[in-house]
Amino acid sequence: MIPALLELRGIQKIFPGCIANDNIDLTIAPGEIHALLGENGAGKSTLVKMIYGVLRPDQGEILWRGESAQIDNPASARALGIGMVFQHFSLFESMTTLENIALALPAQNLDLLRAQLEKTANEYGLKLHPDRYVYDLSMGERQRIEIVRCLLQDPKLLILDEPTSVLTPQESDVLFETLRKLVAEGRSILYISHKLEEVRALCGQATILRGGKRVDHCVPAEETAQSLAEKMIGRRVEPIQDRETSILNEKRLVVSNLSKRSDELHGTDIQDVTFTVHAGEILGIAGIAGNGQTELMAALTGETGPPQSGSIEIENQDATAMAPMDRRQLGAVFVPEERIGQAAVSNLSLIQNSFLTSGKRMGFASAGIIDWSAVGAYTGHILDRFDVRATGRDALASSLSGGNLQKFIVGREILQAPQLIIVSQPTWGVDAGAAAAIHEQIQELVANGAGALVISQDLDEIFSLCDRIAVISQGSLSTPRPAAEITTEAVGLLMGASNHASGDSLANA
Amino acid sequence: MPLEIPLLTLEARATPSVSAAWLSPLLALTLTAITGAAIFLIMGKSPGIALYIYFIEPLTSWSGLSEVLVKAGPLILIGVGLSIGFRAGIWNIGAEGQFIAGALLGSAPAIFFYESANPLILPLMMLLGILGGMGWAAIPAFLKTRFNANEILVSLMLVYVAELLLIHLVQGPWRNPQGWGFPGTRMFPDAALLPVLFAGYRIHLGTIIAIVVPLLVWFALAKTPFGFQIKVFGSAPLAARHAGIGEKRMIWVTLMIGGGLAGLAGVIEASSTIGQLVPKISPGYGFTAIIVAFLGRLHPVGALLAGIAIAVTYIGGEGAQISAGLPKAVTGLFQGIILFYLLAFDLLTRYRLTRITISKSAT
Amino acid sequence: MTELIIASIMTIMTAATPLIFAATGELICEKSGVLNLGVEGMMLIGAVFGFAAVTVTGAPMLGVFAGALAGIFASLIFGFLTLSLLSNQVATGLALTIFGTGLSALFGLEYVGKTIEQIEPIYIPLLTDLPIVGRILFGHDPLIYLAIGILGLTAWFLRRTRAGMILRAVGDSDYSAHAIGYPVIAIRYAAVAFGGAMAGLGGAYLSLAYTPLWAENMSAGRGWIALALVVFASWRPSRVLLGAILFGGITILQLNAQAAGFGIPASYMSMLPYIATIVVLVLISRDSARIRLNAPACLGRAFRAER
Repeated sequence: MIPALLELRGIQKIFPGCIANDNIDLTIAPGEIHALLGENGAGKSTLVKMIYGVLRPDQGEILWRGESAQIDNPASARALGIGMVFQHFSLFESMTTLENIALALPAQNLDLLRAQLEKTANEYGLKLHPDRYVYDLSMGERQRIEIVRCLLQDPKLLILDEPTSVLTPQESDVLFETLRKLVAEGRSILYISHKLEEVRALCGQATILRGGKRVDHCVPAEETAQSLAEKMIGRRVEPIQDRETSILNEKRLVVSNLSKRSDELHGTDIQDVTFTVHAGEILGIAGIAGNGQTELMAALTGETGPPQSGSIEIENQDATAMAPMDRRQLGAVFVPEERIGQAAVSNLSLIQNSFLTSGKRMGFASAGIIDWSAVGAYTGHILDRFDVRATGRDALASSLSGGNLQKFIVGREILQAPQLIIVSQPTWGVDAGAAAAIHEQIQELVANGAGALVISQDLDEIFSLCDRIAVISQGSLSTPRPAAEITTEAVGLLMGASNHASGDSLANA
Repeated sequence: MPLEIPLLTLEARATPSVSAAWLSPLLALTLTAITGAAIFLIMGKSPGIALYIYFIEPLTSWSGLSEVLVKAGPLILIGVGLSIGFRAGIWNIGAEGQFIAGALLGSAPAIFFYESANPLILPLMMLLGILGGMGWAAIPAFLKTRFNANEILVSLMLVYVAELLLIHLVQGPWRNPQGWGFPGTRMFPDAALLPVLFAGYRIHLGTIIAIVVPLLVWFALAKTPFGFQIKVFGSAPLAARHAGIGEKRMIWVTLMIGGGLAGLAGVIEASSTIGQLVPKISPGYGFTAIIVAFLGRLHPVGALLAGIAIAVTYIGGEGAQISAGLPKAVTGLFQGIILFYLLAFDLLTRYRLTRITISKSAT
Repeated sequence: MTELIIASIMTIMTAATPLIFAATGELICEKSGVLNLGVEGMMLIGAVFGFAAVTVTGAPMLGVFAGALAGIFASLIFGFLTLSLLSNQVATGLALTIFGTGLSALFGLEYVGKTIEQIEPIYIPLLTDLPIVGRILFGHDPLIYLAIGILGLTAWFLRRTRAGMILRAVGDSDYSAHAIGYPVIAIRYAAVAFGGAMAGLGGAYLSLAYTPLWAENMSAGRGWIALALVVFASWRPSRVLLGAILFGGITILQLNAQAAGFGIPASYMSMLPYIATIVVLVLISRDSARIRLNAPACLGRAFRAER
């Protein structure tokens, strides 16, 4: 009997305050694409970090090809034949592709490496230019560097952590081809993803984690996306209800021909963006991160200054040159994509974080003095209404889990009774329960007459939540279309569209 | 058979430890005293006696206390101003220069109207002192907001410029014609001197100002939106921007406050203990105040207490020079050591020491 | 006239040398992501310990060595606090400067007023005797050659060696370097120690070659100017040399102008180097795009690995 390529027995890892991995078993055979499924926080990343030597298990055994293995650091993992492409790339922006690859490999002659790089990249269909600087590259191109880095070390097992979260549907297909080639050579893939249709199409086996424990093992092709989701969450998943929508004529937000230069060194400029959000409507802007969403958000909040051209009207008032606080006074609230560091301050308490955006609008500092007890009451209200798990109102923002903090932030904004809410990546990195709660709250707000703009990378979220959908690509926005009239494929195409090639397709899609 | 390896590790705290916030300054002072004792031993002095002279003796008499409070005045004022800036992440290292600039501008009425008995001259001097300090701090503020120039280096370079300007004026155009060659301006007229509070002691009105200001600032920081904004801006500039707190405004306001308070301290010093302008009007208050700010954990009332503590070491140092033959340089060394220990123990407010065991399976 | 120009060039080089030492050291330190504002303090420590060593042993090279060693020890205090105890780098650097100023003042008390033999310029038969270029190229004191040599080695190290590439990577993204498996903290300790050695050398040069004496605070802000130089050089070694010579030039120029009785009061002339530093800083900083491209992305940020 051929021994399994990788076997984990009874792996345990405990962090202060939580058991990340509890007695996990896992077996991967050679030539297999094995999926690792689970919600955010289920323990997937921790587990693979131990396979790759970044963390060490507190208990348990790792067997490689039938023999007990001691993986103390990534170098020993690589020596064994394990490669890993993290979700967050370990790249050095100010250095070239060649240098980035050289750094991940043992010391060698750079000219030889350059030749090897080009050969390998071509062999697997991954285009790379050795002398381009990483800051100049797209996410797809950066991922290729990570993959080639692994391939050059002849891995027998390649671990991929959420690889398609940064790719267009078309780029994902290219990736899958590469993976199939690798598997045909007898290598194995450990594939972490929450995109269930993808997993069903690609993976031969799946192990499911929940709450740090291994709860199931199955063959994805024999399951449906719904049954897989149910195994992940541990309960029945209700199919998405059709919502009652009542869109009124009142305009909450009108953006006309907005153009704004990015203030990031390698950001994306917003070009000629036009859309309207009506009362009672949720408008979705789909797009892969890095296509101008951050810049659009900043233009809408006003935090990076006025645009070069175009206008923004909030509640029929010209807000183009207004500062963020003034826009909030008009009735707009914002939930930016960075929870910690932008929406909330990690070393301040929840009460203090509440005051951050609500102070003026809620009148907590009317006489020039802050009424902290009123802010405290408001915070308590947020924690109750939005089921935020925290040790108390005085807990630091940093002590909350991702999902709870996001619930707090969304709650802080919604309880200000806004006319318009603009959210970016509302449920990224948030567990399914919290995500559902956030979606419900946005829908309830809109049902009461507010308007909502949802900017998201998650197509499932966009389609389940939004009445109309537009796609942002390289800073330009497609014409918004009703959700019922547009397909996922069309959106995928728009997400990958470039300005030069298909100005038409953006308008006609 | 798995090996169990015990390890001491750092674990981030969920809430910053309040007890540690008090503990670290006290620990720092205690350890400095112990280190000081060791230094005294090496220098061949009796540690017990030396420590007594440095830390205890200044507090044992009314005149000692008076001297301590007088010395603490400028340290407190500058320290409070620096705390505000440091909280916001604006590193005003040039307070020494702003102190001098305030003394220069503030002393101008006293020097030019040297025979005046007008009661308005003193308030005018105070105002000019504040403006002088603010003006000197406006340079790094402008260069930072307009050209993105690092405020640490600009404000620091301006210290040297201010020192040279003072020397030039005091030995040149502003020199006392009846000074018998001693470098310095005319003595200020009585109307331009801050009144002494109790006969026989040097404690003066400026010291009262130095005690009231921290209390006012404390109230402003805790209760006003501006105080909150400073906190946010120092912790997370992007969150501040998102909340509508303008970065340029923060930079200007914090530097103006820091400069204004340093300038006020400067003119107070010139118009009280010195009574004129001389080539060296500061034994490094602007730099020592940095330590005061940190020792006081960037809290205005903390700066008040820390200023007094550091002033004790100054007066103690002077006493030690006379009675124990210890050089004044020891005080400067102590100040550096206090800051080192403080920074080391600061860790404890943000992290907790825990014991964990790592399992390594034997091959 | 030629004699005046040659003499000026010689003195400009001596004025530039401590800056070259200190700025090169700080450049490597910052390239690894660590901002050490304690350069002034380390220079003073290097100056006083170097001077003391020569006074005691009579061997100038021992003094140079002692200065560098003292700089390393001082920098390691900073390194321990910032790298292992995760203290704020700006505050700790300031603490190092204050500590260094105080320690050097105390330790140097017994050396004030003492004299030692100045380090002599080298003399190579035939080469140094060449007209004009002889002394300019071959007639400096040995430490100047050392400074330029180390600067050159640093440039080569950063661009052409694997170790230099790793150092740049650590300063670009400490988390990525750690993920790949590089010992980020150890590398930063080494960079900090190198910065300390060089600052110590720069200080030792001041008290052993530039003016063979010790005086409290004798670096007069050169450590801060060195910090500005690193920014001015956009973190590239070749520009450090240019900047140091520029500053050396300004320092000597204003001294000569004072001596020549230019009419402008001495105090104002002495302000020139400091004002020039501000001007240069402003000119470089206004190009924020260039700063962002060249400044190590992790500069000033503490790093803590998860186990």
